[in-house]
Amino acid sequence: MRDVRDALMVARDSDGKLVRRPLSPHVQVYRWPLSMALSITHRITGVGLGIGTLLMTGWLLAAATSEGGFERFQNFLGSAVGIFLLFCWSLALVFHLMTGLRHLWMDTGRGFEENEYRNSGIAVLAGTVGLTVLIWVVGLINW
Amino acid sequence: MAESPNLPHVDMLRSPLGRARGLGSARSGSKHWWAQRLTSMALVPLTLWFIWSIIHLTGASQADVADWLSSPVRLALMLALIAATFHHLQLGLQVVIEDYVPQEGVKLAAVLAVKAVCILLGLICAISALALGLNS
Repeated sequence: MRDVRDALMVARDSDGKLVRRPLSPHVQVYRWPLSMALSITHRITGVGLGIGTLLMTGWLLAAATSEGGFERFQNFLGSAVGIFLLFCWSLALVFHLMTGLRHLWMDTGRGFEENEYRNSGIAVLAGTVGLTVLIWVVGLINW
Repeated sequence: MAESPNLPHVDMLRSPLGRARGLGSARSGSKHWWAQRLTSMALVPLTLWFIWSIIHLTGASQADVADWLSSPVRLALMLALIAATFHHLQLGLQVVIEDYVPQEGVKLAAVLAVKAVCILLGLICAISALALGLNS
């Protein structure tokens, strides 16, 4: 016995023989399926979008407070940093929206077959890229 | 729950009324889960509308935004978006904190702080939108 933790894994089988119990694979050992990655990214983008609400709050607050302040805020959003933040915000929002729709669909008890959840996962990624690109193309044309 | 009525089995320890109300031992049951789903369903059209709107407000002046919010329908949609967003946000962050913070005291403090911040941010957004839309 090399490690004291091994003691926790000693057990007897049905014949009474001492055996080493198998461990179920932990998160670091898994070959990550797409659904696992999408699930945790859904959470991360959710928290990120929470921080992103500060952007919306600042925008509305600046507009309601002063004309000059709002102009400065709009200029900040048009700067390189602002566009980077807006891009991250839109990407996270679209991703969270797409995985959210997938979650709602799966909440009805459907889509749990292996090919179904893999295909819906791929659809989520394709939809995220497609809609984000569309938003920025239309946005930059309007600018 | 048992496969056959002849086998020994444990009946549900919850009253039929408790089941109907969706209440478990925590006395809140499915309310949180359900509220998260309802707000997410509301946010699907509201978010798409908001993205569409702010695309058209790129480079807008304060007067443009006030003019945009002077329509009662847009102002109502904006207030609905704000309410659904911050309600959904505090529900989601609560779950994240409850999952990853093991210490009971820290967990409670973090959840309460998140709720307080979400309510305040939501109020700031709503009052700003009202001030813009109603003053123009």
